[in-house]
Amino acid sequence: MRVIPCLDVRAGRVVKGVNFVDLRDAGDPVEMAAVYDAEGADELCFLDITASSDDRETTYDMVSRTAEQVFIPLTVGGGVRGTGDVERLLRAGADKVAMVTAAVERPRVIAEVAERFGSQVLVLSIDARRSDTQPSGFEVTTHGGRRSAGLDLLAWAAQGCALGAGEILLNSMDADGTKAGFDVEMVAAVRAVCPVPLIASGGAGAPEHFGPAVGAGADAVLAASVFHFGELRIGDVKRVLAGEGHPVR
Amino acid sequence: MSRAPSVVVLDHGSGNVRSAVRALARAGAEVSLSADPARAQAAGGLVVPGVGAFASVMAAMGAVHGARVVERRLAGGRPVLGICVGMQVLFAEGAEHGVVTPGMGQWPGRVERLQAPIVPHMGWNTVDPAVGSRMFAGVGAERFYFVHSYACRHWGLSPSEQLAAPPVTWTSYGDGRFVSAVENGPLWATQFHPEKSGDAGATLLRNWLATL
Repeated sequence: MRVIPCLDVRAGRVVKGVNFVDLRDAGDPVEMAAVYDAEGADELCFLDITASSDDRETTYDMVSRTAEQVFIPLTVGGGVRGTGDVERLLRAGADKVAMVTAAVERPRVIAEVAERFGSQVLVLSIDARRSDTQPSGFEVTTHGGRRSAGLDLLAWAAQGCALGAGEILLNSMDADGTKAGFDVEMVAAVRAVCPVPLIASGGAGAPEHFGPAVGAGADAVLAASVFHFGELRIGDVKRVLAGEGHPVR
Repeated sequence: MSRAPSVVVLDHGSGNVRSAVRALARAGAEVSLSADPARAQAAGGLVVPGVGAFASVMAAMGAVHGARVVERRLAGGRPVLGICVGMQVLFAEGAEHGVVTPGMGQWPGRVERLQAPIVPHMGWNTVDPAVGSRMFAGVGAERFYFVHSYACRHWGLSPSEQLAAPPVTWTSYGDGRFVSAVENGPLWATQFHPEKSGDAGATLLRNWLATL
């Protein structure tokens, strides 16, 4: 059972907003990464949420400075288009790379990355929400939840796994920012079609919220702002999980 | 005055090697990343990293004469540490998608897909250290970070009158167990990533550096 703090980053600075808008700037990602490591984070995730080509060099520099001093796995996502971007991030010190929009626009890129670097480097990140336009009742979105991708969540998750994604990062846009708990219904639905590790994201507000996500089938739980603003401590979350009988580090 | 042990991380083009370099430096080594066989041969210790497919890591090793370097080092009793797929390619063969690829053959046995409902095996897991392990000295019950879909599930080297059995460490996942570490004279290997395993990994790397 992994607990993963996520740092939403823009131009080398940590930001986080409610439902992906209204960004607040609060901190140096490398310093935050070291703090999370010391608090017992099992992995770290950087999501470069407004990655423009100008910011790319800043991202590589941030990744390499983090890898200099943090010795737990590091996933980096945001604006990753293809094998060239993946190679540069791995070379900078990332262990895994998350893809969102590029994979939706050209699913074949999942297979290209998996064939070149192995499935284990590729995290397929899916932002999903409830919608009666799709058979499962869940649809995939892109651009931070602003656009519908016109895809059924479960069909897309299954296709992503079949193409070679090594892990699914499932962010519920319905739960994101609510602090009312993870979207266990969505997690359970994806778990049923997905034979690779599943990270649940969106909705964490209390240490007691993490266990139900694990119970619904998540292998890892991710949260950003509640850790970032100190509302939750990683150690407290792990103590509650351990108390419920979930294996934690 | 004691000098920092020199280590070369073999740069055969595999994934994130920067972390291995940094973690070894933190553990007290003087580390360089190189694909040069002469430097890999001369270093106090050689680390063979590897992620991705068995066949592609073997091909990449071939391009830098990796197998020959490893063999020559071992013939001279010079330490080698294989990590993840860098461990897997030490076995006789790897089977992926129905294709069997010969490995470096330092140990008998086949690397094959894990039998578990969820693959890759990704995350922090426990190890069951071999009796007499030097690798895990001082580690206790700490967990290590694994990320892999394949492993050796049947250790094929039996002890004989001439040969002491090397300490073999196992880890359980899914419906069975697999070899998660081997300490075979100068040849050590881990299926997990010590360079990504925080303080426990640092202890293990220091234990390895102490053998150089």
